[in-house]
Amino acid sequence: MRPTNVNLLKVLVPIKRTIDYAVKIRVSNGQVETNNVKHSMNPFCEIAVEEAVRLREKHKSLITSITAITLGPPKALDILRTALAMGADQAIHVEVKEGTIVEPLAVAKALQKVVERDGYDFVVLGKQAIDDDASQVGGVLAGLLGWPQANFASKVELGDDGKKVKVAREIDGGLETVEMDLPVVVTTDLRLNEPRYASLPNIMKAKKKPVEKLKPTDLDLDLTPRLETINVTAPPARQGGAKVGSVDEVVAKLKEAGVL
Amino acid sequence: MLAVRRQPVTLVRQLSSIGAHGSRNASTLVLLEHRDNKLVPASLNAVTAAKKVGGPVTGLIVGAKGLDGVVQGSKSLGLDTILVRTSDDLAHQLAEPLAPVIANLVKQNNFTHVAAAHSALGKNVFPRVAGLLDVQQISDVMAIESEDTFVRPIYAGNAIATVKSKDPIKIFTVRAASWDAAAAGAGDAKVDEAAAEGLGKVSAKWVSEELSVSERPDLGSAPKVVSGGRGVKSKENFDSVILPLADALGAAVGASRAAVDSGYADNSQQVGQTGKVVAPQLYVAVGISGAIQHLAGMKDSKTIVAINKDPEAPIFQVADVGLVADLFEAVPELTQKIGGK
Repeated sequence: MRPTNVNLLKVLVPIKRTIDYAVKIRVSNGQVETNNVKHSMNPFCEIAVEEAVRLREKHKSLITSITAITLGPPKALDILRTALAMGADQAIHVEVKEGTIVEPLAVAKALQKVVERDGYDFVVLGKQAIDDDASQVGGVLAGLLGWPQANFASKVELGDDGKKVKVAREIDGGLETVEMDLPVVVTTDLRLNEPRYASLPNIMKAKKKPVEKLKPTDLDLDLTPRLETINVTAPPARQGGAKVGSVDEVVAKLKEAGVL
Repeated sequence: MLAVRRQPVTLVRQLSSIGAHGSRNASTLVLLEHRDNKLVPASLNAVTAAKKVGGPVTGLIVGAKGLDGVVQGSKSLGLDTILVRTSDDLAHQLAEPLAPVIANLVKQNNFTHVAAAHSALGKNVFPRVAGLLDVQQISDVMAIESEDTFVRPIYAGNAIATVKSKDPIKIFTVRAASWDAAAAGAGDAKVDEAAAEGLGKVSAKWVSEELSVSERPDLGSAPKVVSGGRGVKSKENFDSVILPLADALGAAVGASRAAVDSGYADNSQQVGQTGKVVAPQLYVAVGISGAIQHLAGMKDSKTIVAINKDPEAPIFQVADVGLVADLFEAVPELTQKIGGK
């Protein structure tokens, strides 16, 4: 029996296009080389899309739509198509020029505008992007919206009536479980789920799903960066590579290094 | 310029936002994270970073009650003042009630800099504070070059960025592994205790927590770490091979992502870009291949020892002492020779 007095949910999944996690990045001329380097959906964002899709698979009638959104250059359309192929219903592309710097605070403000415009109940996104490793957007967005937040989620349980969510979150030293009324912001940690590969039929179907294109001005956004990057360098090279032939030599080296 | 320094604080702060330097302007608030009535180790690193800004540093202790040990431990760290702000709502330091308290203190006291460790707590609360104050936070700071210029890792630490903030308030989290712990010295900070003001609504209910309890040193701050990887092959092996070596060395225990995913070790023991970042005196990597994401969490360790049967494993590129061997033979031998069981 379907519970009466059920809260139907619109889910928003913000995602980011980053250099692929397996790429060995190179720094030259004071910046990270991004031209002709493989880019993909940020791994934590994939986990977020997957979680949204799984929640709908579990709570079929509860979730009325899953919208993927990104703030990015024209090429970012790729990851929106991936999200759609994984199961999102529609996407929003807030398009900026290639090379435009969009800081976490600006991203959160953009998301806030979209949440307020469309009335989402559940925002799930990655805990951090593997390029800037800032780990901020989820918390900033929750603060701007005044919503409860559950960061670094390793398990998400949505109530059958769509009103509450219980989240186990990774903290230093273990797990903390919190319970919140919707609407909420949840950020995904590594072990929340293992994202699916989009099947070919789903990739084809995704081409027909709608993508709304917006300009930052459509949302009244000021993308002026607050931070100026003065320089980017490679870290000091580590002199590694020394090998020894026996455990005895390891012990000797440890004594030499003063750690034994 | 002298006349300018006699202006009221707000004008001075505006000037500092357009580039005037001088540590007279700076006033830093540092969140002193604690657990079980004791400062967590990372708080001590955060204090050092806070002092680097220049200018007075105020510590902030928040919670419900039973904080006397934290206060005692904080008094001789060279802080100017320690603010203790309490409320039952802050018992678990959830972001929703806590972030507005911090934002409120920043505005009331004209702090120009706000710092916390880049810990699970810092990462949870500070972005929300930054959102409330309309500031672009700077995460995981490794060095501070001036009041407005910070150095931080990006791309899993494979690039280091130096950034200059134009915000009038700088909110940043501190990479503990990059800073010395503030030592207990002389000096007795004055303590200002009061009820927390400006509490946010408690919109999340704390249900429970499960902490891995261990007698071993804390991974985030231990001088020695022994980590096991996929090569260890099972939890039983992890317990019978890695743990004794750690104990013989008096080390903390870490693990690679593969080991955690396979259940050999707890999530909280994962070392890497998205787990713990450590920089101990000694890091022993056993059966760990050395993926970029793992290296991100340990490549600043002083001495790295790697034991792996694959001579091509990337971990050897960063190891000071590499041993190509079967870990199931080499590690017990090493444990025994160090004097363990």
